Amino acid sequence: MSFRFEDAASLKAGLQRVDYLSDENIAGVVYLADRLQKPVLVEGPAGTGKTQLAKSVSEVLSTRLIRLQCYEGLDEAKALYEWNYKKQLLRIQSDRSDGHDWTGVSQDIFSDEFLLTRPLLEAISADDPVVLLIDEIDRVEVETEALLLEILSDYQVSIPELGTIEAKQIPLVFLTSNNTRELSEALKRRCLYLHIDYPDLEREKQIVLTKVPGITENLADQIARVVRSIRQIELKKAPSVSETIDWAKTLVLLGVEKIEQQTASDTLNILLKYQSDISKASRELANAQGVGI
Amino acid sequence: MNTIDLSEGNGHGVEVVDFELGDAILEMVNGFIVELRAVGLPVSLTENLDALEAVKQVAIIDRETFKCALRATLVKHYSHMKAFETVFEVYFSLRGIEYEIADGADLDELEDIEFGDSEMQGQHGAAGAGENLTPEEFAELLFESLLRADAQLLKGVARHAVRRFAGMEPGRPVGGTYYLYRTLRNLDLNNVLERLLSQAQQTHGDASAPGDWSELDSRLWRDEFQHRIDQLQKEIEAEIRRRLVADRGVEAMAKTLRKPLPEDVDFMHASREEMANLRKAIYPLTRRLAARLQRKRRHGRRGPLDFRRTVRASLSYGGVPVDTRFRNPHPHKPEIFVIADISGSVAAFARFTLLLVYAISGQFSKVRSFVFIDGLDEVTSYFDEVDDINEAVHRINAEADVVWVDGHSDYGHAFGVFWDKYGSDIGPRTSIMILGDARNNYHAAQSWIVKAMQEKARHVYWLNPEPRSYWDTGDSIVSEYAGHCDGTFEVRNLRQLEGFVENLV
Repeated sequence: MSFRFEDAASLKAGLQRVDYLSDENIAGVVYLADRLQKPVLVEGPAGTGKTQLAKSVSEVLSTRLIRLQCYEGLDEAKALYEWNYKKQLLRIQSDRSDGHDWTGVSQDIFSDEFLLTRPLLEAISADDPVVLLIDEIDRVEVETEALLLEILSDYQVSIPELGTIEAKQIPLVFLTSNNTRELSEALKRRCLYLHIDYPDLEREKQIVLTKVPGITENLADQIARVVRSIRQIELKKAPSVSETIDWAKTLVLLGVEKIEQQTASDTLNILLKYQSDISKASRELANAQGVGI
Repeated sequence: MNTIDLSEGNGHGVEVVDFELGDAILEMVNGFIVELRAVGLPVSLTENLDALEAVKQVAIIDRETFKCALRATLVKHYSHMKAFETVFEVYFSLRGIEYEIADGADLDELEDIEFGDSEMQGQHGAAGAGENLTPEEFAELLFESLLRADAQLLKGVARHAVRRFAGMEPGRPVGGTYYLYRTLRNLDLNNVLERLLSQAQQTHGDASAPGDWSELDSRLWRDEFQHRIDQLQKEIEAEIRRRLVADRGVEAMAKTLRKPLPEDVDFMHASREEMANLRKAIYPLTRRLAARLQRKRRHGRRGPLDFRRTVRASLSYGGVPVDTRFRNPHPHKPEIFVIADISGSVAAFARFTLLLVYAISGQFSKVRSFVFIDGLDEVTSYFDEVDDINEAVHRINAEADVVWVDGHSDYGHAFGVFWDKYGSDIGPRTSIMILGDARNNYHAAQSWIVKAMQEKARHVYWLNPEPRSYWDTGDSIVSEYAGHCDGTFEVRNLRQLEGFVENLV
């Protein structure tokens, strides 16, 4: 069994090369996921780079990324596999003239040829090592979660008519969740858990520097500081990393070199999405006394 | 002390785990997991095995990697992270390279050296062991270390501060918070913060553009220094913990530090820090609850048979009712009246319940809220005007007219006011939630009002934040009201509150 990563440090460096700034924890968990051959459940606030992590890892490994976007009402036919009814019908009709017996036909129409693979089946039946991303798992119902259990723990799919299809290679699996509901214990037990929170000051600054071309180090530093201050205020929705980047881009476009109070409150609507949050934050930023408890 | 020194016998960075050591580690990890379970984290057997497997895969000599491996396999919920951190710090605080201490006796010696080192790194004038510093010099050193944010220097200062001020004695049966308090009191960090700020204003304000020191700058610098001070405080806490563990042993220490998880924290006895955690925990909880309730409603079963439409449909089959039709389910949305005691001890509980009820107010046709101490006031409008529930709750505390005589709970009078003013609004679809500990200060109970409410309303529930065993002791008269309620519930923590609200809908 060969492993994908030498150690956590090289993985971190690799991610950095594809412009994803991880930290020890993120790299460590992904490394462990590879070694233990377990899926990673990634949780955290929206816009902290959960989905991007899976994309970047696949980029580092230069492998295919197979993505399953979850939504309410997702079922077997969309996630695992489906029989190709039309083709099966055609097959039966074309056989009618030849006078084949029924047993032959029925065995025939339930074979690989008539199977439509969906993301999960595709991921384990792929020959090359792939990265599987199951996005926003918390959107499916609890019952649908059970669909995933077999594939997550044993890397196999059971199809009644065909038998069990086992994985040719163990894919690296990422599940992301925005935590809108509690995931089942059974699912959590099978995964490693990674919580990606808002980055600390230094990392956020680096992210801004990497993602926003033409920004000065000074401005990036200031941006990170302002965002940190804003996140300390109790808001409906704290600014995410992607919003920080948008804000940085705006400031660069406006030709700002140093954030003044006026500039900050004028452009807050890029960082924050609720009117009540915006007014609260601009009031707080003008208040030198810090967050009142 | 039953510690096993991980770095035993080898230098730094050796990653090979020999067999004997490996066994010791497995034992240690198992002990660690037992403690996690004792705190209340649900660690299953599979996760236990995973943790052992994960530990084998990483270089355990590196503390952070080791921690990361355990965290990823054992903790599956964000709100449990903090509990994990604490237990980890206690269990492994004396293990790892930078914490290589044989026993308590060497502690001081080691520190002096390190302290001297970091001082030299910081190129500070006062050379030699920290012991010789005068209080003024030490205060200066503290200021410098915070101004420069030199992590090494900060650590040295923290250690020295604990040694100088905490006055720790082996075997003394006091908790870590006592030592922490003593240390922090002597450091006087509030003043240090002000000094740091004025220093920053002088240097930075002048350097960029004179007189160009906005409120925003000041705010940002304050946050920055506060952050550094928090860092220092953490170091101090860690140092105190380390010394306590060295003194008392891991198991004893773990037991004293055992804290309930956020969802199990008692509303009435939550510390300030726990309150802050609770407030953070309640938002995801309300979101989850709302999502769950909505789903429940949508996926509810079909309504009763719609006879008329079934007959109509049967015409196309010659009168045979092949195609049965059902009515759309008509979910009843209850109307909720919340009547909350907001006097001292139960205020926090009322606050959380109001937050929760309003967060899912979409599930109810109408929510009206009333608060009382010995007078009573309707506060529904507070919630309509602002879209930040927290602010509304804040305003209630400041503005609602709830004091009638002396500001001590008087349930009887409050209910009387409610009945006179709003009693006629209670209809057959109204569910009434009364929040309070029913500690009536020996006033008249007026329980007939609750009885009258029950007769008019659909349900009357009583939520009591006190443990059931305290009910009806002293001036608590729960059972006098309970006889007229459809249910009385002990709701002491978020978990119980969530359960109650879910059943209510």
